[in-house]
Amino acid sequence: MNEFSKDLIGLEHLSREQILTILHTADAFRAVFDRPIRKVPIMRGKTVVNLFFEPSTRTRISFELAEKRLSADIVNFDAGSSSLKKGETLRDTAENIQAMKVDMIVMRHSSPGAAAYLGRILKASVINAGDGPHEHPTQGLLDIMTMRQRLGNLEGKKVTIIGDISHSRVARSNIYGLTKLGAEVTVCGPPTMVPGGIAKLGAKTELDLHKAVADADVLNILRIQLERQSQMVFPGNREYHLMYGVTSEVLRRTKDSCFVMHPGPMNRDVEISSDVADGPRSVILEQVTNGVAVRMAVIYLLSGGDPGSLGATPHGGEGR
Amino acid sequence: MDFNWNRIPAEYLVTNIKLCRGGKLSRRNGFLHIQKGRVEGIGVGTPSREGVPVLDGGGLVCAPGFVDVHVHFREPGQEEKETIATGSLAAAAGGFTSVVTMPNTSPPVDSAPMVRYQLDRAAEANLCRVFPTGAISLGLEGKALTEFGDLIRAGAVGFTDDGRPVMHGKLMQFALKYAGQLGVPVTSHAEDCTLSGNGVMHAGYWSTKLGLSSIPRVAEDSMVYRDCELARATRAHLHVAHVSTKGAVDIIRRAKEDGVHVTGEVTPHHLSLDHSNCHEFSPHFKMNPPLREETDIEAVTQGLIDGVLDCVATDHAPHTGMEKELMFDQAPFGVVGLETSLAVCNTFLVKEDKLDLGTLIARMTENAADCYNLPVGRLEEGGEADFVLFDPDQEWVVAREELVSKSKNTPYAGSKLAGRVKATFLRGRLTWRDERET
Repeated sequence: MNEFSKDLIGLEHLSREQILTILHTADAFRAVFDRPIRKVPIMRGKTVVNLFFEPSTRTRISFELAEKRLSADIVNFDAGSSSLKKGETLRDTAENIQAMKVDMIVMRHSSPGAAAYLGRILKASVINAGDGPHEHPTQGLLDIMTMRQRLGNLEGKKVTIIGDISHSRVARSNIYGLTKLGAEVTVCGPPTMVPGGIAKLGAKTELDLHKAVADADVLNILRIQLERQSQMVFPGNREYHLMYGVTSEVLRRTKDSCFVMHPGPMNRDVEISSDVADGPRSVILEQVTNGVAVRMAVIYLLSGGDPGSLGATPHGGEGR
Repeated sequence: MDFNWNRIPAEYLVTNIKLCRGGKLSRRNGFLHIQKGRVEGIGVGTPSREGVPVLDGGGLVCAPGFVDVHVHFREPGQEEKETIATGSLAAAAGGFTSVVTMPNTSPPVDSAPMVRYQLDRAAEANLCRVFPTGAISLGLEGKALTEFGDLIRAGAVGFTDDGRPVMHGKLMQFALKYAGQLGVPVTSHAEDCTLSGNGVMHAGYWSTKLGLSSIPRVAEDSMVYRDCELARATRAHLHVAHVSTKGAVDIIRRAKEDGVHVTGEVTPHHLSLDHSNCHEFSPHFKMNPPLREETDIEAVTQGLIDGVLDCVATDHAPHTGMEKELMFDQAPFGVVGLETSLAVCNTFLVKEDKLDLGTLIARMTENAADCYNLPVGRLEEGGEADFVLFDPDQEWVVAREELVSKSKNTPYAGSKLAGRVKATFLRGRLTWRDERET
């Protein structure tokens, strides 16, 4: 047993210590990736269902790999491609899956609160792989893990998140996790994409891109969804790139050490220019690698795994 | 002579009661003398009438039967949520003897036969006076006016497309003009859909935190403003449903000061709950207009105190348990309210010393009736004997399974409230009695 509850719904509800425990555990799993055999038998005999009500490629593959590297049996359920209508039978679907005796459910759903609901009604562990614009905790964790690899302790470090904050679960999970580790978070984007009340979540707002990047240690660039154009949220990709696109020109205004992240999939030359995405300041592929490790750590810890037995560094040494 | 609850006599006295009417709660013991469904006598003291059975009121408050000018009884078409019979029973349980039903049934009440159908169902249930409203537009589609005259002759007391706003300004203008000449109000569900969009809760800190799409205040304020100006121009009677924002209260206040014929209502939930209640994504706190902020609660409360908002109306909106099991963004808007209205208002307004009981009861009776010119809501000699007995101090905990409405979607489940309806009488006849011990 450990200090974790059975579900991971969001970073809002994790303590600083729990976040550090996950990250240290992820470091231990990350080390396994460089071995010839990347698989450990920790979850042998356990069943995990990946329940995706919204299409996803990389998050699902990342979870699948994490589960397989832990030797779990896995089932993929793509509700998006089945005849199920949104939300109509979430309870029925979930209870049916539970009746087949599964240990863990990884769920993505378009509705905020869906993962918490599932966690409440089921005995199985639930990992939130994105509930609408609410939270995406494993993305937040892998972002933080990647930042820490570059910056070490995040205390006092400046993170600028750029993009559609209103509709972003990545932004919310980043804000919760980063502020708990002492980082200063600034959000930046068109005024139509930055919601009121964000300051109470712990983030500063700076709508001017050049000011927002000036003293940042890291830029986390969010994906822009073109469908927001038809919802009148912004004028379109061209204008967005002109005003908020992170280009090498923008990077020239940052500190030399400032690096660039993106949760993917990227719209090249919209929110991020190709030369930046592929350039030396980009850690985007490191994020992807870390994603698998973080998800292994979360699955392991929610299953009752002992962080100490993996040789994970205890978090006690890290001062605030 | 003992009073037999199981066989209410044609003539009886109710004694040992505190009369609450005309905006005032009497401190002295009073009585009510009922004969053949009418009030034969009413006043202070304890009269004796030879051979007339006496119901000892035990010190309870006696008020005119409550009037709710905004309920959804779902019949015809959505009987799985509520019927006119079950809704009437819920009304009786809440102390109501008169309700105004909204026309967004399936099919909607957009023709005279639909009104007659609802009145027939109400007469069969015979637990509550039901006053239907008719739709403003055919099929609630916001395009063509319904036959107001024919609907009124069948019994409609006003017109509204409630549940949907009338987005077409000219249609609203003509509805007001036409209804104004016929002497009935047009009720505005004030919401600019192009501003509310696919929003599901109030735009503010909580919608940002929860990642839920939101409905800004201006969606309501701008439509209240438009409709008040249309009422000014047409000199017709506008009734504004479920006012939830400070801005809307201010606009109605100014219109009233200018002499525009506008009335307004506020729900118990907008008087008592704010948007933070959505923090666990429970659809039991999803309603339209949405729960707003403390400043709005203060403003609608002040509006009710001042009479800028004329009455409390529940917007009783039953939905099945399955519908409210959906995720917050997918569940339907609305909560039931009839059975908790008195207790919520009493707990949050009277017990908090914001409003005296006499004024609250006026806002739930005569002031409500006046919004639709209904001949109810007053307890007077010679008038019909619609009345309620309640204990303003009895505390109880709201339990879903104890609600008699067919739907249990209350936001107050588990809440301890003060104020319990003990018995409700319609035309002198018992329609509800609380069997629970104190």
